[in-house]
Amino acid sequence: MSDRFISIEGIARRFPVPGVGTTTVFEDLWLSMLRGEFVCMIGHSGCGKTTVLNILAGLDAPSNGTVIVDGQAIEGPSLDRAVIFQSHALLPWRTVIGNVAYAVSSKWRNWSSVQVAAYAQKFIDLVGLKGAEHKRPAELSGGMKQRVGIARALSIEPKIMLMDEPFSALDALTRGTLQDEVRRVCQETGQTVFMITHDVDEAIYLADKIVLMTNGPGAVLAEIVENPLPRERTRNEFHKHPLYYATRNHIIDFLVSRSRTFINETRGTYDPRNVAVVCPGLPEPAIARTYDTSAKPNRGQQFAAH
Amino acid sequence: MKMASLTGRAAVVSFALLFSFLLAWHLATRGSGTAQHMDPEYAKLMGATATQGKSAMPGPIDVGVKLWEHLRRPFYDNGPNDKGVGIQLVFSIARVLIGYLLAMLVAIPVGFLIGMSPLMSKALDPFIQVLKPISPLAWMPLALYTIKDSSLSAIFVIFICSLWPTMINTAFGVASVRREWLNVAKTLEVGTLRRAFTIILPAAAPTILTGMRISIGIAWLVIVAAEMLVGGTGIGYFVWNEWNNLSITNVITAILAIGLVGMLLDFVLARLTRLVTFPE
Repeated sequence: MSDRFISIEGIARRFPVPGVGTTTVFEDLWLSMLRGEFVCMIGHSGCGKTTVLNILAGLDAPSNGTVIVDGQAIEGPSLDRAVIFQSHALLPWRTVIGNVAYAVSSKWRNWSSVQVAAYAQKFIDLVGLKGAEHKRPAELSGGMKQRVGIARALSIEPKIMLMDEPFSALDALTRGTLQDEVRRVCQETGQTVFMITHDVDEAIYLADKIVLMTNGPGAVLAEIVENPLPRERTRNEFHKHPLYYATRNHIIDFLVSRSRTFINETRGTYDPRNVAVVCPGLPEPAIARTYDTSAKPNRGQQFAAH
Repeated sequence: MKMASLTGRAAVVSFALLFSFLLAWHLATRGSGTAQHMDPEYAKLMGATATQGKSAMPGPIDVGVKLWEHLRRPFYDNGPNDKGVGIQLVFSIARVLIGYLLAMLVAIPVGFLIGMSPLMSKALDPFIQVLKPISPLAWMPLALYTIKDSSLSAIFVIFICSLWPTMINTAFGVASVRREWLNVAKTLEVGTLRRAFTIILPAAAPTILTGMRISIGIAWLVIVAAEMLVGGTGIGYFVWNEWNNLSITNVITAILAIGLVGMLLDFVLARLTRLVTFPE
């Protein structure tokens, strides 16, 4: 299909384990993304989310399958795909502008230092760090560091931004502000984003599609949730939308119980190339099964056991 | 009463300690008066040690006078066996710096190689483990035999002893550069050479400089012993020459000078280390 900007085709990742043979983190994962789409991946620790992101970044290679970005198979890291690291990964011996300029001069190697500095400055202004250009990362707060990370990623004008739990180390207030910033910047620039998160609200606020992973090892992509909220949503209003709770409950139900039972329940019928696309609020089969009354007491017990 | 600052109080204690040491030294080495009556001619022959109970060890005042003499004329040159302490120190420092800089030219690139390549790390490890514990002076006969020049041999010994701490620290610093910084370079498609200079070198610089600081310390320790062996010039030769002259005053003066120069070299490297250290 030509409308697939990014196409993950049947990737799996296995690690050798001494004495046991190999362990499979996730298996036969198929996923496609459109240009300008914001996709969030949610799953418990150990389901291989970060490995998927590292494969997309080219920092890791799949044991099986390929990833195609804009018509080309991934063969290692590329300036087309920028990564925002969870630990921000700024170079502590460089200033704010030095960190962004390092990325800019890596992309445009024959630019003069004046050109590089001016271009880096543009992105520092964009993330609201004007005035802090000459500070070192050690002098910045966690939120400001992550802003530098975002400026650095944006400055190379990537085809896709990969974010590995970018806000998880921040306090709630800073996280909210940065989510707004990322949303604004991505909408302004039409950026394609793949983001990993643990935060359901963050996913609902930011994402167009939310990808749910079952528990690892041997994780599979269980379903894709289409965000039913309108694209123009605000932080103050989005949780008042009539479909907000349906979406939230669906994801939480998945994380609490179905992420464990999904593989057994769908044995024989699960097709990795054609996973269920769920749009909360509409009578989808996946939802009907989740809300099946006969399953409720059972789920309650499992929840109590947590 | 306002308490003086910590530095101020420490300075007071330091001075008190120095003063008590000098006093004890002075008391221990002063003469105890006429020990016995003897023929004046015989007393002249025996010297102050026997006649007045004067210790052969010079007191602080003797050393102070000698030090002042040296400070006034540090660079006089009255032939091979009578040169000022300043000249001798310059000879020693020059040898240390040449040997040390040559060692850095080898140790840092080799350390980089070991740190970046697990293969080279494993392959070179046995050599380093065997060569590292060898006393640098053990190389001296071999150096004298092959180089056939005493001054160059001393430089070679300095070279050999400065090599290991810097090489090992460089390898460690390079190998433990944070993965996330390397990943930043990878995602930005930074080439190997640029990565080495813009990511690995600044990240490992504090560890490398610490190794260089250990190296210069060892080099300065070894030069004294090396010069005692090869002779001719240098502060080590000066110490041994003055021992042969039985001038304990000069020996003590030289010891003091060795300590001060060593402190200065360490201070310079400490400053450089601070320049490349980054806060996290």
